Amino acid sequence: MLVTSFKDDGELYDLDSIPFWIYKGVVLSHYRFLLAETPFLTWIGNSLTASVLSTIISVIISVLAAYSLARLNFRGAHSFGIAIFITYLVPPALLFLPLSQVVHKLGLSDSIWSLVLTYPTFLVPFCTWLLLGYFKTVPREIEECAMVDGATRFQTLTKIVLPVATPGIICATLFSFTLSWNEFLYALTFISSTAQKTATVGITGDLIRGDIYYWGSLMAGAVLGSVPIVIAYVFFLDYYVSGLTAGAIK
Amino acid sequence: MITPKSEEKVLPISIPKDSPWQRLRAYFQRDTTVGYLFISPALLLLLTLVAYPFCIALYFSVSNTMVGVPGSFVGFRNFINLLHNDIFLQTLQNSFIFTSVSVFFKTILGLALALLLNQRLWFKKFIRGAVLLPFVIPTALSTLGWWWMFDSLYSVVNWTLYHLGLLRSPSELNWLGTPYLAMAAVIIVNVWRGLPFFAISILAGLVAIPRELYEAAETDGAGKVSKFFYITLPLLRPVLVIVVLFSTIFTLSDFNIVYVLTRGGPINSTHLFATLANQVGLVSGNIGEGAAISLFLFPILVIIVYFQLKMIRKE
Repeated sequence: MLVTSFKDDGELYDLDSIPFWIYKGVVLSHYRFLLAETPFLTWIGNSLTASVLSTIISVIISVLAAYSLARLNFRGAHSFGIAIFITYLVPPALLFLPLSQVVHKLGLSDSIWSLVLTYPTFLVPFCTWLLLGYFKTVPREIEECAMVDGATRFQTLTKIVLPVATPGIICATLFSFTLSWNEFLYALTFISSTAQKTATVGITGDLIRGDIYYWGSLMAGAVLGSVPIVIAYVFFLDYYVSGLTAGAIK
Repeated sequence: MITPKSEEKVLPISIPKDSPWQRLRAYFQRDTTVGYLFISPALLLLLTLVAYPFCIALYFSVSNTMVGVPGSFVGFRNFINLLHNDIFLQTLQNSFIFTSVSVFFKTILGLALALLLNQRLWFKKFIRGAVLLPFVIPTALSTLGWWWMFDSLYSVVNWTLYHLGLLRSPSELNWLGTPYLAMAAVIIVNVWRGLPFFAISILAGLVAIPRELYEAAETDGAGKVSKFFYITLPLLRPVLVIVVLFSTIFTLSDFNIVYVLTRGGPINSTHLFATLANQVGLVSGNIGEGAAISLFLFPILVIIVYFQLKMIRKE
């Protein structure tokens, strides 16, 4: 209960600028200021681009990897599985310094493409691990039937396994999107110009000018910056729950 | 996952031997070929953007590289300097306190919350949804909300404590300006943010415990307390161990909360490895030393990976 009250506080006070309860009537000026006078919409756009692209790339790579680990017998499959699990545990904090240099050498520093490139490093291990669990539950027999009928491996994957494992794909997509939308460290350290920033970094960094905190627009930004994720979350709650437990326990 | 010899795998389709096109097609049907083909994008990504940067980090840590200036080999000087550096020693201590206290509270509260959610409750789905929310909204942004709540001028936390009669004036506690309180604030936010993961994972473990065990215990006259200690806790152990190990590495390497809430201050009292590495490596430009700071996470990572793999093998 204590937790819920804390959380409600966090949410409640996020909602509007006036301390404690809204007793002066709802003000929209902070939102108007945010949308009109700050690059807020640009940041949201950047976040969307980076998240959508890295999610698509990661899910495709992970589907292939997870399928080969779950179904195909080949030398080293087991070691690859372990390697992917280990990278799943590697925290971004360990790699952000050298990665910033790699990104720089590739000429991608200060652009959202650096994020499209680096986000899959933590998304792919996660999604592969998640999808591996789902693929293992698909009965081998229906695949074998298709192969007897002359389907190639790739055809069985796209036409048989993927439709059956749709919940897994949705789950991986949602989590990838959430993780990349919420990412902060890489976005903060790889990008410095305001126009290329993502929502999380822009709101926490660029809305604060000097010693005066624009609490109103800061909070408005925090609320709006969370909106896409919360919408996705409300609609797909069950997928989040299963992804969260599968990611850690399976 | 035991790998049999790949050559033994017989093709499911019968092919006349002479056609080269069909032989090519057969080659691409083999498990080994398809397997390597499918896994290569993932492998390529992890090699170039995880393994290679890790090697660079190793190199940086034994060099005096600055941002934009290639450095030269300096041996273990970065590590030796760090161990004589008060700020770093402070960071070590901070990390230890931050991680152990946060993980402790997350485990206890997570267990309590999971037991609560496992009861028959009204609006169960709604409550479960509300519990998960801190995990879903961007940490950097929710931390902004907390920052506002802890801020000395308008502190909602102080206002509440004051009106509960626990404080003499609403501005008595300067949460983010006092070292101990700042650490407490950072821990509170971390616990708030990490709790859903613990609660939901432990709940999944609870649901998996067979009901018959409780029924059997009840016929033997076991009470609520003994059921908890003799059935629930031992059977939850694997889940608890995995969740705690997992959370330890990500709590230890936390960046967002500390960066947004305190930037490591006041007087470096809340710096963790990640925030200090960023400060030294990118803000001050001393990448060699920054990489050395990050690498202190590595031994702990190795230990945790070892135990996690052991747990997975058991299953």
